[in-house]
Amino acid sequence: MSNLSKNKYSGYDADRSKYPEMENGKAVIDLDSHKFTKIWQGPQHPGVTGNMSVELIINGDEIVWAKTHVGYLHRAFEKLMERRKYIQCFPLVCRICVPEPDTNEYCVSAAMEDLAGITVPEKAQWLRTLNLEMSRIASYLMWIGGQAGSLGMGAIGQWTVGMRDFWLDLFEEMTGGRVYHMYMIPGGVRKDLPDGFKDQARDLIVRTRKLLGDVENTFLSNAIVKSRLQGLGIITPEMVDEYGIVGPNARATGREYDIRINNPYVKYSELDVKMITSSVGDAYARAELRYKDMHQSLDLVSAILDRIPEEGALQAKMPNLVNWKIPPGQTYVKAESTRGEHGFYMVSDGTGKPRRVFARGASYTHAISVLEELAVNISLSDLAALMVSLHTCPPEIER
Amino acid sequence: MEQLIKKLKGMVHLRAYRKQRDDLHFIMVDKPQLEMILAHLKNNEGFTHLAFLQAVDLIEDGKFQLTYMLYNYSTSVNLGVNVLIDRDDAEMNSIHKLWAHGWQYQRELHELYGIDFPGSPRVEESFVLEGWEEMPPMRRDFDTLEYSDKTFYQRPGRSTNDPAEYMKEKMYKNYPPSPGIRRDDE
Repeated sequence: MSNLSKNKYSGYDADRSKYPEMENGKAVIDLDSHKFTKIWQGPQHPGVTGNMSVELIINGDEIVWAKTHVGYLHRAFEKLMERRKYIQCFPLVCRICVPEPDTNEYCVSAAMEDLAGITVPEKAQWLRTLNLEMSRIASYLMWIGGQAGSLGMGAIGQWTVGMRDFWLDLFEEMTGGRVYHMYMIPGGVRKDLPDGFKDQARDLIVRTRKLLGDVENTFLSNAIVKSRLQGLGIITPEMVDEYGIVGPNARATGREYDIRINNPYVKYSELDVKMITSSVGDAYARAELRYKDMHQSLDLVSAILDRIPEEGALQAKMPNLVNWKIPPGQTYVKAESTRGEHGFYMVSDGTGKPRRVFARGASYTHAISVLEELAVNISLSDLAALMVSLHTCPPEIER
Repeated sequence: MEQLIKKLKGMVHLRAYRKQRDDLHFIMVDKPQLEMILAHLKNNEGFTHLAFLQAVDLIEDGKFQLTYMLYNYSTSVNLGVNVLIDRDDAEMNSIHKLWAHGWQYQRELHELYGIDFPGSPRVEESFVLEGWEEMPPMRRDFDTLEYSDKTFYQRPGRSTNDPAEYMKEKMYKNYPPSPGIRRDDE
């Protein structure tokens, strides 16, 4: 029980005059004293982001100790990939994150291309950019649903998840799959845009903007939401380096780190991506930041649709993928998912199978180190809102 | 980056250096110097972000290769620091004092590879495998088939076929043999 002390970052000092007693800066928690209760939030709980659970010790309704437990959906992707040929790894990786599988597809394909020295054609790069940006919108729409649901506003969740379904329709048109797309194969993309796709997408952008206006009116401008989220789960700028915090969680503290800008991949260097930051660092600032990021993603999709070349190759010339051997080496490829830095570290030993593939998900620190730190001293009823505001995705932790 | 590498060569014995891309470099250092070089890179060279710490099992050489992936926000460069440790006596210094989230990766490596990090907080706690008593499963000599045969039982009345042979017999009998995709486990 190492994190029993008061929350040193939030600046909020709970009244510790009675419970728990402090000894050497650590709280003395004796469950037999009947002053504390141990409860579990999850793994089956509507306020949990996926299959993970948080073991809590509470005093009244205030959390004094928290510990994250994972392992409910461990499918050993990384071990499986060590026994499979490169191309057989490809359909596995999208399962690592259900709401946003495309970042995994891109990273693993780009890692293989980087090790094998393959250059992806221009048009395929644009189609990859479109696919990645659309997946960011779909993921954010699901996140709004979770954040609103965690505060008891189920209707907003219904709207946004309903709208996400229209984006999934668009994915189906583009790739043939709704949830898992398996579109960005090593060397390029699988197919071109179907007829009428651009008009459909532009129409959906207009409808999504209208919905986002409703979300702003009912959610971000809502006094109850502000009173619940403002001051909750404050991440300070010092925590960003110490805990490896990335993505909107880091940008909400003022850290200018967006991989689309800092280390541009696919065609982001040719697009006008703006760094959106805030300086507050609480759950409300993160929500606002994600809302602005959604608008930016819609702008980007619109810009990409205008710039995709009509003609061009969809795939680079590839060797026989069944017997594809990649020269020895190691690489790390990363991309900006909605949760932050998402990367794949791949080591090749010159055979037809990877020696090691490691998926670095943003939730790895957000859901364990950061959540355990921030959960202390908050009310039990705010825990679900805190978890969703960190935007955690448990499969990224277990891989 | 060249200047930094030159500087590091003056400080420690760099066993290897490789530039993978403009924004990704790898260096390999000796085990005793690792903690010092990580502290230097973090405190003086601006590599303040630890993206991950992971291991690769080099079973042929009897080594584990650890990779500490650092990132510099001002130059937008990733630097992977590699270090080789003995596979039989797998032990490494803990970095939890440099990065507060380092303990998580060390707990994972302890459970999945059997690498010990003395002094690392909660390193003995289970991560994804509760009550695991076998060999650490991410080691390459862990036999997954033997483990599943030992742990689970076949449902009565079911038979097992080799997928490649079975499909050949059932579907492709009249066609010439093709290379096919097959997972020939080592």
